[in-house]
Amino acid sequence: MSEVTTLPPIVAAIRENRRALARLLTRIENNAAAAELAALYPYGGQAHLIGVTGAPGTGKSSLVNCMAKAYRAEGKTVSILAVDPTSPFSGGAVLGDRIRMRDLHGDQGVFIRSMATRGNLGGLARTTSDMIRALDAAGFDIVLIETVGAGQSEVEIASAAQTTIVVEAPGLGDDVQAIKAGILEIADILVVNKADNPGVESTLRALRAMLDLGHRSERIMHHGKLMNVPAAPILGEEAAWQTPIVQTIATDGTGVPELLAKIAEHRAYLRASGVQQLRERASLRAEIEERLRDLLLAHLLERVGVAHFQAVVERVLRREIDPNSAAGLLLAESSRDHKP
Amino acid sequence: MSERKIRVLVAKPGLDGHDRGAKVVARALRDAGMEVIYTGLRQTPEMIVEAALQEDVDVIGLSILSGAHMALVPRILELMKAHGLEDVKVVLGGIVPDEDVPVLLQMGVSGVFGPGSDTQEIIAHIRKVVSLE
Repeated sequence: MSEVTTLPPIVAAIRENRRALARLLTRIENNAAAAELAALYPYGGQAHLIGVTGAPGTGKSSLVNCMAKAYRAEGKTVSILAVDPTSPFSGGAVLGDRIRMRDLHGDQGVFIRSMATRGNLGGLARTTSDMIRALDAAGFDIVLIETVGAGQSEVEIASAAQTTIVVEAPGLGDDVQAIKAGILEIADILVVNKADNPGVESTLRALRAMLDLGHRSERIMHHGKLMNVPAAPILGEEAAWQTPIVQTIATDGTGVPELLAKIAEHRAYLRASGVQQLRERASLRAEIEERLRDLLLAHLLERVGVAHFQAVVERVLRREIDPNSAAGLLLAESSRDHKP
Repeated sequence: MSERKIRVLVAKPGLDGHDRGAKVVARALRDAGMEVIYTGLRQTPEMIVEAALQEDVDVIGLSILSGAHMALVPRILELMKAHGLEDVKVVLGGIVPDEDVPVLLQMGVSGVFGPGSDTQEIIAHIRKVVSLE
């Protein structure tokens, strides 16, 4: 391993030492690892990032457990990032996804990390994408990201992962639920888990009908929003990805080999079609814009002074000026060359 | 949102079959603003230490009702040492005879909380022993 000596120290450390990786993940979660993230960024991009989302109780954790076992049997190393919600009242959280992942213990080719959303609402935490980058740079072949039990609008996973799996289970809703906008639209692969439960036929029917209604299109994240672009002009009609439906029983592993085969197919499609780059460019652009907004706000506050900013808030409160004009005023003041 | 949170692993080593107390404590710690990684019943010492390492927790909370604490706790502490986790605090709850308490504290357990302990006591103890930053 002569190559190791040329790696930046942080990359070498997280590839060799699981404690170093665990520690880095904590610093990332606490927004205290900007330098390390900059150093490891060039060493990512090898792992396949697979998102698993779906309503609470559909069996996401159990499915992730099965998928990880199956990937290990193929000789691939796996890391799992499991996200659970933070209490809006106390700021605390109970992270329970490991309970369903006990089969994976004692295997040095598996690394499981739980994280809380810490107030973010899109199904992930704000630092999840940076955590994924660290796991990617640490050299895992597969990064499985399990979102919080998601409803209809927790779609952030679609920009954080390359292949998004939406897990459904029988008995959770009628066919109108299936045609509502939101989480089903981000699925690259639909899984109907608990396929041995009654009602599986009607769930399958509703999902198939939903997929037939859909136009062939490619989903990309643009300006932080999920956008559909027609697939045909970019890819040609036959090349477009058709979202498959896979039936699984996560408690005994039924259907998991089929799921892994579909995931591999999707990865091959992403690469051959150029869609991967298209999606990645759009989501990176959105991320840079978001970070830029934070930086610009901090910069502006520094220029005009927090006290002055608060004075403007008070003026808005007294209805002397409306919020939009107040923002314009502050921007004009910040670009003027003056000392606050 | 960028504040440091106390992370606690709550685990039940050994074979005793109910985790009511562990769940009550997990919930109380959550309500105190901590992040609790709950791993459930029948964990081996190896599983607990591995999870503590991956999750980079500040505290391991163990619940043992079976009376096997004098076998399980030393094994867990030994594994923690082997993995460089000496700075992680261990808090023990469950059924522990009074005469075992000083022995456990001597071994390196940071606190022992038997039946009837107030969850506020446990929270205060954890906040005290975990020095953030």
